[in-house]
Amino acid sequence: MKDNGNLFLPPGHSTIAPGTDALFDFIYYTSIVFFAIVVFAIVYSVWRFRRRKKTGLTSGVAHSTTLEILWTAIPTILVLIVFAWGFKGYLRLYIIPKDALEIKVTGQRWFWSFDYPEGATSVNDLVVPVGKPVKLLMSSKDVIHSFFVPSFRIKMDVLPNRYTMTWFEATDTGAYDLFCTEYCGAKHSSMIGKVRVVGEREYAQWLESSSRAGEGMSVEDYGAKLYAQKACITCHSVDGKASTGPTFRGLFGEQVKLEGGGTAIADENYLRESILNPQTRIALGYQPVMPTFQGVLKDKQIDALIAYIKSLKESGSK
Amino acid sequence: MDGIPAYNYLSSPKGWKSWLLTRDHKRIGLMYLFAIMFFFLVGGIFALMIRIQLLTPNQALVKAETYNQLFTLHGAVMIFLFIIPSIPASLGNFVLPQLLGAKDVAFPRLNLASWYIYVVGALFLMYSIFTGAADTGWTFYTPYSTQTTTSVIATTLGVFILGFSSIFTGLNFIVTIHKLRAPGMTWFSMPLFCWALYATGIIQILATPVLGITLVLLILERLFGIGIFDPAMGGDPVLYQHFFWFYSHPAVYIMILPGMGIISETISVFSHKKIFGYKAIAFSSLGIAFVSFMVWGHHMFTSGQSELAAMIFSFLTFLVGIPSGIKVFNWLATMYKGSISLAAPMIYTLMFLILFTIGGLTGIVLGALSVNVHMHGTYFVVAHFHYVMMGGTVMAFLAGLHYWWPKIWGRLYSEFWARVGALLTFIGFNMTFFTQFILGAKGMPRRYSTYLDQYQPLHGFSSIGSFILGAGFVVMAGYLIYSLFRGKPAGNNPWGGLTLEWTTTSPPPPENFLETPKITHGPYDYDKVIADNG
Repeated sequence: MKDNGNLFLPPGHSTIAPGTDALFDFIYYTSIVFFAIVVFAIVYSVWRFRRRKKTGLTSGVAHSTTLEILWTAIPTILVLIVFAWGFKGYLRLYIIPKDALEIKVTGQRWFWSFDYPEGATSVNDLVVPVGKPVKLLMSSKDVIHSFFVPSFRIKMDVLPNRYTMTWFEATDTGAYDLFCTEYCGAKHSSMIGKVRVVGEREYAQWLESSSRAGEGMSVEDYGAKLYAQKACITCHSVDGKASTGPTFRGLFGEQVKLEGGGTAIADENYLRESILNPQTRIALGYQPVMPTFQGVLKDKQIDALIAYIKSLKESGSK
Repeated sequence: MDGIPAYNYLSSPKGWKSWLLTRDHKRIGLMYLFAIMFFFLVGGIFALMIRIQLLTPNQALVKAETYNQLFTLHGAVMIFLFIIPSIPASLGNFVLPQLLGAKDVAFPRLNLASWYIYVVGALFLMYSIFTGAADTGWTFYTPYSTQTTTSVIATTLGVFILGFSSIFTGLNFIVTIHKLRAPGMTWFSMPLFCWALYATGIIQILATPVLGITLVLLILERLFGIGIFDPAMGGDPVLYQHFFWFYSHPAVYIMILPGMGIISETISVFSHKKIFGYKAIAFSSLGIAFVSFMVWGHHMFTSGQSELAAMIFSFLTFLVGIPSGIKVFNWLATMYKGSISLAAPMIYTLMFLILFTIGGLTGIVLGALSVNVHMHGTYFVVAHFHYVMMGGTVMAFLAGLHYWWPKIWGRLYSEFWARVGALLTFIGFNMTFFTQFILGAKGMPRRYSTYLDQYQPLHGFSSIGSFILGAGFVVMAGYLIYSLFRGKPAGNNPWGGLTLEWTTTSPPPPENFLETPKITHGPYDYDKVIADNG
């Protein structure tokens, strides 16, 4: 079913969306009726019974069992319908189709990483085939995050101590926003990405090409690509500005002052250590918030990133 | 004297010591009023800074870390320093004994102590601003709150202390209502504001200790790593959420019930009409207080709790909404065949009715499980609770403030400027927050210091609304302060009210009534009695 959204909801692009939207619309239009009744009652009374001059005694009628029962029962029946309808829709989110494609989602400050069954990985860029149920098995490496795709009407918290699950089946190809909706610190609002829904064929191609990523590129260019793709860009600038983490511009080979005293030379080994075990030696003035990229980056990719950081040394001064 | 009685609680006894050591509930109420208005201003400034930041998608004002502290401070200050104590501790303190025909609350010293405890708690919160204000959001969710380097301990300790102030006030009011009603005043001839404060007191006493325990556990976790919320040690961060909302959901009713109580008074007085469905309104307050303890899980529909728990919490959430609906219908019925005056308190009352209705109806959207999954954690939730808390409680507070202002000070404010202020507030409020329903439904998450370009037009519109809203409050502050010096004397009963506070002078004498009031009619007998402004 094609859906163009309305004043409130954005267009839906999953099999879940039409059900959720139908309930929203039911509540929305019923609410408009109730709201209109309330506003009408106010406007009518304020006009019809406005105080003219000195006030006299008014009617002492102040109770009606019929009315009390009526305006208790009617809303109760309506909300019970909404309750049952909402619960039914909620269960659909929990009954995951058996043939679903399973993708592992890891949330950490401040990026999402995805592991596909075929061994491919991606960061902040979830690639899925259209028209196929996708199960997301999610966990966090640090604080609580929440995985939210507005166009699919799905959301699930991502916890550090257990797996949570959700699923969706995208109905249209396209790129849809992915947000973190559980506050997780400084760069919470940068913990965003895209869900790219592609055709079956394209998906297979993407899986295949991701295993050959970096081929036919210079190692620095590959590093530059990874810098954006693997979300280094969220906290590290390349223009010399300090952000949540130190800038990469002119970093390589410099002496870095460390938290707790001492210094380090930002050479290949320091950079590698900072990527894999970021808490070991923290640059002075920065919070120890960087997550480990162990398991997220392959050796070849770490090499490329270091080469990219190296290249930023020559190309400019501060 | 220019029509103001010479012997009143403001002028006698004299001297600053007589204020700081006072046991008069009216003076304590007034000291609360000044304190909470100050923090309303502080919280409001934080709010405007947030809205300036969000004018553009990319950090118009401050960096992300500072923004995170701003929204935490806005929430913590508005909730713990303004809205929870707002109506009970200021207006409630001032009028409850008068509504009952009593000289004071049951425990005047405890009343003064709770003000000082409030001040100490507030100082902790203010202190935390200068030592690196917490950046956790007012909810202090673990494990983030146990890991951040900001001063979470000072903030939570402040909130912990404030809890005692709230408990003492609730306890005091409950005993006062039980023991100090004037001879002849039965439970069912009490003004409904008293019922509302009674129900509020029950929640304050039963729920606040849970918040205290939770925050102590959080502090211990931070200081000693006891591991109760730490998954690495077998703890559970979601347990924190259960503890936190076990208090904080009932606390929502600590915030709204007193407001509903005020509306029950003003709607009757300004319609000059007997309140419709007295018992329905009174019992719905108690019903809300009771069921409010069993709905906390509706804050956690996406946190991985079991589907069965989600179902039960959703069901109870819909039930707790029904009594609020009953109240709204009874208030509307009260206006029918009345003699309605659109004085400032009534204008704020009508604003309450409209805005609270929107707040309530959007609560149904959030209570519906499948829709909640989409809306949770977005601006839709932000808009919903601002409609309930600001459109509801704050408008009711302003209705009450304008209603009792002449009693508190003995002077009237300008009705013309009151209308100007109310109009700006109403327009500004809806521009700011209705927009956020749309933003949230479109997917905009809350607590974002930056956002995607597609949300800019709506964010911009919302920010402009907030400036108009701010202007409304500036106008209000202007005419209220002006009235203190140049306002016309109010007389005992400017609104023709039938509750007992209107039988004494404005401002009242220190002991409220020169002789023990006799109950000759009910609080809403507009079908039998016409009160003059004697």
